Amino acid sequence: MCNGNVSGSEPSDGAPADLLTPRRQFLAMVSAGLSGLAGLLVGVPVIGFLVAPLRRQADDVWRAVGPAAEFPIGETVRASYLDPQPLPWAGFSAESAAYVRRLDAGTAIAFSMYCTHTGCPVQWVSSAKLFFCPCHGGAFHDDGSVAAGPPPRALDRHEVRVRNGMVEVRTRKMPLPPRGT
Amino acid sequence: MIQRLALPLVNWLRDRLGVDPLLAFLANHKVPASLGGRAGWMYVFGMCLVAAFAVQLVSGVALTTVYVPSATLAHDSIRYITEDMPFGAILRGLHFYGASAMVLLVLVHMLQVYLAGAYKYPREMNWISGVVLLVLVMAMALTGQMLRWDEDGLWTVVVAAKFVARVPLLGPYLTEFVLGGPTVGGATLTRFYALHLFVLPGLIIGLVSLHMYLALHHGVSEPPTTGQPVDPATYKAKYQALKARGIPYFPDVAWKEIVAAVAVVVAIVGLTLAFGPKAIGSPPDPTQAFADPRPDWFVRWYYAFLYLKPRGLESFAMVYLPILVVLGLMLLPILRPAGERSLWRRPWAVVIAGAVVLALGTLTVMGMRAPWAPAYDTQPLGSAELGDAPPEVLAGAQTFHARGCQYCHVVLGEGGRYGPDLTEVAARITPPELTVRIVQGHGQDMPAYVGILSDDDLARIVAFLQALPARRDQPGMR
Repeated sequence: MCNGNVSGSEPSDGAPADLLTPRRQFLAMVSAGLSGLAGLLVGVPVIGFLVAPLRRQADDVWRAVGPAAEFPIGETVRASYLDPQPLPWAGFSAESAAYVRRLDAGTAIAFSMYCTHTGCPVQWVSSAKLFFCPCHGGAFHDDGSVAAGPPPRALDRHEVRVRNGMVEVRTRKMPLPPRGT
Repeated sequence: MIQRLALPLVNWLRDRLGVDPLLAFLANHKVPASLGGRAGWMYVFGMCLVAAFAVQLVSGVALTTVYVPSATLAHDSIRYITEDMPFGAILRGLHFYGASAMVLLVLVHMLQVYLAGAYKYPREMNWISGVVLLVLVMAMALTGQMLRWDEDGLWTVVVAAKFVARVPLLGPYLTEFVLGGPTVGGATLTRFYALHLFVLPGLIIGLVSLHMYLALHHGVSEPPTTGQPVDPATYKAKYQALKARGIPYFPDVAWKEIVAAVAVVVAIVGLTLAFGPKAIGSPPDPTQAFADPRPDWFVRWYYAFLYLKPRGLESFAMVYLPILVVLGLMLLPILRPAGERSLWRRPWAVVIAGAVVLALGTLTVMGMRAPWAPAYDTQPLGSAELGDAPPEVLAGAQTFHARGCQYCHVVLGEGGRYGPDLTEVAARITPPELTVRIVQGHGQDMPAYVGILSDDDLARIVAFLQALPARRDQPGMR
């Protein structure tokens, strides 16, 4: 079965009893090393490709979401905007949304629409002045603080500003839970 | 004539393909004789899983020929498959009920092995490879739910990203790795497509091969006998003796597995024809806040657990607990490799298995009902229900609905079930008490309505609630 058996004593149970002769040990190490090299040659670009999304860092940008007139002062309006660096084929999946409320002529606040519990989309019900989450019944007050249910913390915020009569929202990555929560 | 021509060809193939040693192995493989009796029916679940997996492979490959893994087009392609293609709805049904069968059968198979103590020496790796297969099957089920790419699929991805975000240190990287970018986008769906079509099935096929090789190598465990504990020093010799006195696996025992496996396939086809595929939800628009996503039935138990767990233990429930459960399952045969296998001597095994089944069942039922979810589509009560009630009561009904009370409370059979049914609340507590409850909220589950309701709103709602007990017994009431 094994042509390279230099000692000439074939182990009866087929176990490589004299694997440790220097020549055979060397050949085994060469085989393992070469296989590892081949794996590395292919593995490096593959892993690099797979983690590429992590390296494609787009800075957050300001996106205009509409003229100020579409955001009556005091009202909470859902506004869609384009992600910072959308892939050419992403279509509607490159859109995100936030809740924007103008406080006065020049200032506004904006809330992320992801519930802080498991990340479902919260829905603003203006007549109740509450954000409701469809998944586990979480509710948030109009200032984003937790009103009821399982959410562990207030809604995340977006930066928002009013410029030249346009409301602009600053994009942000998927909000992360603060450490230790 | 045909025989004279065909025989040499058959013999040539038998020789060159090396068929005879395989056939001889199958024909000579023996199992404990007691499997020839009724006990043999306890050993069928593995083969049932193989059959369900075969259904998944065949239907999955067929679906791949039309499904478009694109963020913008996937939903349309599934709609086309379901509504326009001959056999399209049937294939989607097969794939859905096949997946359901796999999840269910993996749990049943595991339960049987646990109750029979079959994970003990020398079959520790049979069990551990099975635990990895459980994880892989659940991962297939979840990624499959994502590939449906309706609002349920989209929000499953977002929730998954929120889960991995809680992993210490690596959280931010894992989130972007899951999403294929900083948010949901053009690269998100294809990641799960690659996982669902290539990575996970490849791992499953590899591990199933190992799992089946181990079942042949160590032999299937004999049905447990009370008073005959597993002793690693003597077990293998005892088992060899048992096997020598055993019966051929094929077809003496295998026929039962085949019967059960065919029954599973018939059930999958039957369910498909009776109920059709899982309905497609709304399109996966990430800006659409009016979504009402729900996970598929096989994770509803966990969905319910996320509501019921103690508040503030998010990271524990979403990261550490699943890891601990999987590690615990893997360690089971290492910690308990020897000893009694019979249930008469393992009362705690019965208690634990019973508790797990009861808990999973109860949580699944709760998750299917999801009483905590706001009833977005509930309608305000009107004169149809309230009859000739005074204007203030009718106005109260409108306010009760508009201010979101009815999302969580039932009145006269209409509304959400998060909070208590308020039809008779006015018979239980006084108007001032009612007012205090509404304004201050109640516990962690009822928002404080101070600042939301005007005094007029409050008065109308209380008047409405006070009018309800009398309306309950009116004719024509639900």
